[in-house]
Parts: sequence; structure tokens; C-alpha cells
Amino acid sequence: MAYSEKVVDHFNNPRNMGSFKKDEEGVGTGMVGAPECGDVMKLQIKVHNDMIVDAKFKTFGCGSAIASSSLATEWLKGKTIQEAQKIKNTDIVQELNLPPVKIHCSVLAEDAIKAALADYQKNADGPAAAAK
Amino acid sequence: MKLPIFLDNHSTSAMDPRVLETMLPYFVEKFGNAASRNHAFGWAAEEAVENARKQIAKLIKADPKEIVFMSGATESDNLAIKGVLEMYGEKGTHIITSSTEHRAVLDTIKALEGKGKITVTYLAVDKFGMVNPEDVRAAITEKTILISVMLANNEIGTINPVKEIGKIAKEKGVLFHCDATQGVGKIPVDVQEMGIDLMSFSAHKMYGPKGIGALYVRKKNPRVRIVAQMDGGGHERGMRSGTLPVPLIVGFGKACELCEQEMATDTARLITMRDRLEASLMKALEESYLNGHPINRLPGNLNISFAYVEGESLLMGMKDIALSSGSACTSATLEPSYVLRALGVGTELAHSSIRFGLGRFNTDDEIDYTIKKVIEVVTKLRDMSPLYEMAKEGVDLKSVQWAAH
Repeated sequence: MAYSEKVVDHFNNPRNMGSFKKDEEGVGTGMVGAPECGDVMKLQIKVHNDMIVDAKFKTFGCGSAIASSSLATEWLKGKTIQEAQKIKNTDIVQELNLPPVKIHCSVLAEDAIKAALADYQKNADGPAAAAK
Repeated sequence: MKLPIFLDNHSTSAMDPRVLETMLPYFVEKFGNAASRNHAFGWAAEEAVENARKQIAKLIKADPKEIVFMSGATESDNLAIKGVLEMYGEKGTHIITSSTEHRAVLDTIKALEGKGKITVTYLAVDKFGMVNPEDVRAAITEKTILISVMLANNEIGTINPVKEIGKIAKEKGVLFHCDATQGVGKIPVDVQEMGIDLMSFSAHKMYGPKGIGALYVRKKNPRVRIVAQMDGGGHERGMRSGTLPVPLIVGFGKACELCEQEMATDTARLITMRDRLEASLMKALEESYLNGHPINRLPGNLNISFAYVEGESLLMGMKDIALSSGSACTSATLEPSYVLRALGVGTELAHSSIRFGLGRFNTDDEIDYTIKKVIEVVTKLRDMSPLYEMAKEGVDLKSVQWAAH
């Protein structure tokens, strides 16, 4: 199967690859997928004043999964929490030209975004936030 | 050294230039139909076909009359299984096979099973992918008409104890079919010694042309009979109708002759290169696991799982090396290799597997390049892998509640 140029570019030059400390203030972490399924994505956001100021990812998965999460971090940076909620997997499919068998990679990336946002919210709301 | 490098010799192999040279006269000059009995064109074609039949038979220690030409091993597997069932179906309808067979065997058997025409025993394999001959013995019933077990596996290269299985088959009077596609031309095959009654193999896996294969059909002790699955002119002693593709057959014969003459030197070279590849990767990359049998393995085969990285992304990172992975990220089911699963390899490690298939035309330089590249890409992808990060932090990945999707 041939990959689109954009997938290859994200794969060869992943944007924002790495990790934040999970207990750092303003950090939300989303981890989705399962090793048995062949893909696991960890997506992290760093939020300041409702604005996502930084994002990072680590992904175990095929090239399309890596590209989807790399793209997601690019899109997240500079967005508000509300704007980030609106990122849809179909946007990722379109941007990366993913074939039908790879749509699940984009779904996973959307799930990872949602999970990171939820984790940030939980940390910000809960009294346990500081303790975590 | 030229890129890309071809290290996928289990899927197919480059044709040996000497094979091509032998084939060339049979396209334009000697183009006759081998079944034309009344003119020189036909005689020349027939002579070429019979010469090739001898070359092929010699490689597997058979009689030339026992070689039936097919389009490839898939057709051979189909004819062996369906042809035996149709001939001996009144005696019984039980077939024994193994869970790691090629899909040409498994899907043929499953199709018959699905139609309610046969009952099947699928033998489990051990952790190296090997069938236990005693399991074959235990599975035989009065209704068993066929045992179909492969010689060497296409993914992990494990070589089955075919001789022992053949012996049991003889003892019990059950026919033994062996899909030897990966083995013929690579390791010594002797249909007499191995007690094989029907054997499938194909030219393009051994530096011959695509589109030609053979089914070995034993003529004595016992005389095996099969019902043809295609009607027509009654070629190949009625077992496979259709005009013989003379150039392909000539190439197949030459490929067999070369394999016979060069097997010892080819094998020694391949094992040296393969073992060096294996040792270098294992040494440089922690948590790499060999899949398949450590010793009883095809000379050109190496199958390794690199924990924490996904196979397809590995292939993508090494796009100037042609390899194959047990990861099934592209398949509709998202299920990784059933062969690796049958060995008890965990799903996550099956997703992380790479098959290296070395062949006659690979060079030491290519192996050096491959070693360097694999180490580089695995290291890069592990840096990118959340699983590797967790494992390094001491997290037991098995204890994590994953959200399966």
C-alpha cells in the first residue's frame, strides 16, 4: 500500500514527539488503544489560561497512526480547550489522505485528544489535582 | 550495492539469468504445442518438456512420470486435496492438517469443511512451530483419507519432521500430502525417504519463472489416484488439462537443476549471512525475540519480533529494504499472523514481527546495510513508543487496563 506524502512526511519528521511529566501543572494525558490491537497512542497537552500552549505524543503503531497523532499535536497547539474539542477524525482522514483501512488510526487520534482534554479537566477540577 | 534490497525471498525470488537464457528459444523459435504429435514443432516442445520433467524429478528423487505440471503451488494444493477427496471420499472424509499451513491448503480445506464435505483435525504446533508426529498418529481414524502437513513454513521457516509423519502415514495406510513450496530447492527433499504421496511445489520460489508449479503424484506403493478438477484435453495423464506452457516448464526444469547442483554452496552462504544478521540484531537490540525453530529452519529464513515497535511502521522506516511483517495493520480484520499466534506468540509481539527472507542473490554488503538500518529504525521507533517508555519506567504492560478498540 502506498502512503500519502503527508503521512510519509509526519512519519519521517514527527512533530512534537516526546513526553511531559504527567504531574506537571496544566498537563493532560490521554492514552488510548491496546498493544494487542497493534496501536497505542499517548497524547499530552499543556494548558495555560484555557489555551493549549504545547502538545506532545508517543505512538506505537503503523505509519498512519504515527502520522495521525503527530498531526493532532500540531493542530492542538494554539487552540483553546473548546476549539480542541471540535477536532474530528474525519478532518485527520482528509488532511492525511488516509485510505479506508487506516480510518481507525484517525479515530484513535480523536479519542486520544478527547482523553487528554478530559484528563486535563479532571486535574484542573479535582482537589486531587495537585496531589497527583 | 543497489537499492532497494530484496529480502523477501519467501514471497518470490528473482529468476536466475541462466534460467531465463534456457527459456528464451521456446517463445519464438521453438513455440510448438507439446501435444502436437505430428510435426517437428510439437516434437521439439515435447522433448523440452520431458527433459524438464526429468530435471524436476531428479531434485526430489521421483520418477519423471510422477510430475504433473500446474500453474503453481496453490493449484497443486487444491488438486491434491479436492482430487483425493473425490477419488477416495467413499472410504472416508476425515482430513488431518496443521494450524500453520499456507492458506492455499487451509482455505481449500476450510471451504470443503464449510460445505459439510469433510471433517478436519487441525493439529496444534509446538512453540517453534513444529508438528508432533505422534499427534498425527493420534488423530488418525478409520475415516482418515489424507494428511496434509507442510515441509517448511513460509513465515517462520520451521521445518517439520516430514519423514516421521510419512512413516506413520504409511503404517496406517493414509495418503500424505506435503506442501513443500518453501522447501524444494532449498533443502534436500526425497519423496521416497520422506514417504510423501503427493507434494506441491512451485518454480518462482526457487529462482524459476512465475506461473508454473508441479504436483508430485506417487505412482507405486501406493499408486495414488486423483480426480481432475478441470475438464479438457486430458493432458498430464488426465490429471490436469490445458496446453503446457513450454517456456515456463523449461525454466522450471533449469531452476531445479541449478538448485540441485548449487544447494550445498547456496545453503552454506545463506546460513552464514542469516546467522550474522540474526546475531548482530539480537546483540544490538534488547527484547528482540526469534520466532520459529532455532535450528530446524530454512537456511534463508529469519523472523524476529522487536518488542514495543509495530511491524508495519518498521517496514515503512526501511522502505529501501523489501521485507514482510506479521503485523496485519493493513488487513481488514486487524488480526496479526495466525502462524505466530499458533506458536503462542502474544498478539503484541506478533504485531512487532519482521520476516527476513534471504536468497541466492543477496550479498554481504546488503546484509551490512540491513543490520545498520534495522538497528537505526527500531531505535528511532522505540524512542517514539509509549510502550517502550512505560517498560523503561518499570510499568508491567500486562497489568495495564488497555482500552481495546
